[in-house]
Amino acid sequence: MCLAIPARVLKIEDMMAEVDMMGNKRTVGTHLVPEVQVGDYVLVHAGFAIEIVDQEYAKETEELLVEEAMAREKY
Amino acid sequence: MKNTNSVDTKAIAEKYLEEIKVLVDQPYTVMEVCGTHTVAIAKNALRDLLPSQLRLVSGPGCPVCVTDSKDIDRFLYLAAQPNVITATFGDMMRVPGSRKSLQILKSEGADIRIVYSTLDALDLARKNPDKEVVFLGVGFETTVPTVAVSIEQAEKEGIKNYSVLSMHKLVPPVLKALAEDPETQVDGFLDPGHACAIIGSKALEFMAKDYNMPGVVTGFDGLDILEGLVMLLRQRKEGRCEIEIQYQKVVKPEGNLAAQAIINKIFEPVDAYFRGLGLIPKGGLGLRKEYAEWDAGVKFALPEFESKEIPGCRCGNVLKGQISPLECPLFARKCTPLTPVGPCMVSSEGSCAAYYRYAQRSVK
Repeated sequence: MCLAIPARVLKIEDMMAEVDMMGNKRTVGTHLVPEVQVGDYVLVHAGFAIEIVDQEYAKETEELLVEEAMAREKY
Repeated sequence: MKNTNSVDTKAIAEKYLEEIKVLVDQPYTVMEVCGTHTVAIAKNALRDLLPSQLRLVSGPGCPVCVTDSKDIDRFLYLAAQPNVITATFGDMMRVPGSRKSLQILKSEGADIRIVYSTLDALDLARKNPDKEVVFLGVGFETTVPTVAVSIEQAEKEGIKNYSVLSMHKLVPPVLKALAEDPETQVDGFLDPGHACAIIGSKALEFMAKDYNMPGVVTGFDGLDILEGLVMLLRQRKEGRCEIEIQYQKVVKPEGNLAAQAIINKIFEPVDAYFRGLGLIPKGGLGLRKEYAEWDAGVKFALPEFESKEIPGCRCGNVLKGQISPLECPLFARKCTPLTPVGPCMVSSEGSCAAYYRYAQRSVK
């Protein structure tokens, strides 16, 4: 239940951000990271950004999630 | 610690495994507190890779699993009421109450919707002004602030047909209860990475100071977990007992202050029943009186139900790390992911489901 997925913030309007989450556009709440800026990477849990993370970390986590999803498809 | 390609990953994993072998010169038992860790350990078959002296046991960190049967019967009663739309995260659907589940109620015609976010639940309330929308609040500190935001938003917009049935749980009191239970045989903890992103590692420091139980706040891939284990074992070797952070990219000692502020604005600690662990003083969160209008427990006249054990089910012992799922007589016989008897098999993050799915070979 405590999974979190990295995403890049594309646009912020009225506390809601449009993010790129592994190639999909999603809208998430920024209420818990009020200092977030466009271009930042965030960890998203249950429709909310819960923490700002650095780009390198977000990319690596994303790669790992893709790798896992592909490995799962094989079986 | 992160990987950039699989060659690096393998080399780093081998380095950690080598160090673990050297450091485990006597038995050491680690409890992973978070359900997401349980899944990562099973998925990476870590129990099979690690030396037998290092024992990994699962703890009470799957929020669906620790929800007491009386709370389940209570929300099932509420979900069956006419005029109520129940909004819930998907993993609650199949959790068995003493007679039914949300899934069964839905097949009987109850209006139950799976939502991805509390803001989706709030949207249901906006779109169905003549219905009562109730969100089932299940989760630890990672999820609680997202629920708090929905209540704050409902207040701001004057949405009166939205409420939350709060069954939220807190990590520090449950760790304290484990530390005080003489049956807990644990030398160190892998502490939950995302819950600590919210509450901060400082919130767990009492475990090291008052109970002499070290912990490492750990991330969620295989290498994170191996590094967390190395950090715990180094503490023992060096005679230290601390709460350290392996998952530094995400977790700060003080946590997410904005998230903590909104939790405290909307919620207050209340005594809470946990499956397997019983009543934990101030172990959960309820809505503050000022927000009673959005408290489903106040808004609806709900009967009290009794806590009931499921006959033969040993989820309670599994949740305290006292037995491995493989030691439950129902495991993989009467209780499978398709025909789950207990909550640890229902939730994808439950220990039993993780063991089943990833075919754990070893009983350690």
